[in-house]
Amino acid sequence: MNTSRVTIFAGHYGSGKTNVAVNYALWLRQSRPKVMIADLDIVNPYFRTKDSAGKLQAAGVKLLSSDTANSNVDAPSVPGEINSIFDDTEWYSVIDVGGDDRGAFALGRYHERLLKDSVSSFLVVNMYRPLSRDVEATLEIMREIETAARLKFTGMINNSNLGPDTTAADIINSIPYAEEISRETKLPIVMTSVTRSLAPELEASIHNLFPIDLEEYVWQKSQK
Amino acid sequence: MAEKVLMKGNEAIAEAAIMAGCRHFFGYPITPQTELAAFMSKRLPKLGGTYLQAESEVAAINMVYGASAAGVRAMTSSSSPGLSLKSEGLSYLAGSDLPAVVVNIQRGGPGLGGIRPSQADYFHATRSTGHGDFHLIVLAPNTVQEMFDLTIEAFELADKYRVTAMILGDGMLGQVMEPVDISRAGNVKTFPKEWALTGTQGKRSKNIVNSLYLEAEELEMLNLKRYEKYAEVGKSARTDNYLTEDADVIVVAYGICARIAKNAINEARKNGVKAGLIRPVTLWPFPKEQMKAAAATAKAFVVVEMSMGQMVEDVELSIRCSRPVILCNRTGGMVPTNEAVISAIMEADRTERS
Repeated sequence: MNTSRVTIFAGHYGSGKTNVAVNYALWLRQSRPKVMIADLDIVNPYFRTKDSAGKLQAAGVKLLSSDTANSNVDAPSVPGEINSIFDDTEWYSVIDVGGDDRGAFALGRYHERLLKDSVSSFLVVNMYRPLSRDVEATLEIMREIETAARLKFTGMINNSNLGPDTTAADIINSIPYAEEISRETKLPIVMTSVTRSLAPELEASIHNLFPIDLEEYVWQKSQK
Repeated sequence: MAEKVLMKGNEAIAEAAIMAGCRHFFGYPITPQTELAAFMSKRLPKLGGTYLQAESEVAAINMVYGASAAGVRAMTSSSSPGLSLKSEGLSYLAGSDLPAVVVNIQRGGPGLGGIRPSQADYFHATRSTGHGDFHLIVLAPNTVQEMFDLTIEAFELADKYRVTAMILGDGMLGQVMEPVDISRAGNVKTFPKEWALTGTQGKRSKNIVNSLYLEAEELEMLNLKRYEKYAEVGKSARTDNYLTEDADVIVVAYGICARIAKNAINEARKNGVKAGLIRPVTLWPFPKEQMKAAAATAKAFVVVEMSMGQMVEDVELSIRCSRPVILCNRTGGMVPTNEAVISAIMEADRTERS
């Protein structure tokens, strides 16, 4: 995979941007000494990039996150140090953007600086989310995000999943959906992200597989 | 065939309401419930329904009153502080015997409190949702699938008994994403509404929806009659039990706490402690009989909740304090840990059998 200095993950609400972005940052860190991830989410009150702070810190990935993330301060704020993405040019940066056009709005502010940089911006899609179950609805959301973020996507990520119930067949079934979006938008499918446990089953049939690890919460363990 | 989608709890409630035939939603945004209103705002207009962001929670609940009086399935949703504001309207709905579905995705309180998950509105939901003699049916889901299923049931129960049915969730359940089989909606029950204000067309005498009574005798009679209905509803108290048959220690928990309790019970069993879970699915009516039956064989109870201890009183009352009841709780937006629940179970297990 070609890596840009700045990689942006945006997409519809609940498409899995944060999980993919965190895993991408951890993956990037294996080949780059200086990697940071910025939480630009101004929409989601729970389940933020900050939930992975321990993992990121252990891997040596710098986390830029609002002091109010995961707190009781329900303020749509982004930290000022986000600007260091553009100032510290020897760092590789991953930007985790909030969902839908409302979330992408926060990115619009950095439009001028992003124009001058080496940037990849990825659209994260999940066919199993209720409001993006068909190509047409997904494309509409994509256009809304591009307008709000003042940004054109350069690639897309198929992150179609049903959470803990996801099977290899669910991933296979999502491929025509992802390919149609790719055809319609001319965006390459840069990766198909799946939980690590599903990767062995899919390796043979999907060439751009990107295995990811998810955060596990206390009430999620062994519910089966 | 199963049709699965990945949903947030808040979205699952909204989708279920739509499938139950609800086309009228009146709300006001508040974290951690906002996705419910946002989802409705996107879906309802496309279905010819009405999504209305009211000027306040007070206005929203009174719009539900109006829509319900007109005979349609109507809904509002909020989080804790918003429910305080809706209290007056909920009492008026009860006084007028109007069906409605209300959602509370609880956050830490009192006051403005915080936005992290909580169960501190248990008393509010089951005891004093407003002034006067009345009850709501209170349903407590513990998965996103159940948020979907119970919302459909809430509309059915509300219409069947002409009461408000509340979905009492917590912020964690509202925000978490899990797979939901939406094909389970299947046949949604509907009920004739001869009492609704639909216009007489000159063919019948007029219907009146009202909660003001000028004669005390008349009001007393109505209250007595309403309580006969509540007694009927009381028979449908429901639990979901896990490993209770041989349990020495009964853990009682609902919502997200029940999931933590289940894990803790599995751990305790590995250490030779016979623990089991009673998860009330209906908080009102409270499953008193199920508690009483468990007390006959268990030696102690543990109640896990995200409040200063509210449901614990219903457990003690149900078993007439015949067994020790240990409270394992967090408050203010904090979620109990596995370890804390395990140690409460261990402590309960050290109780001498009386």
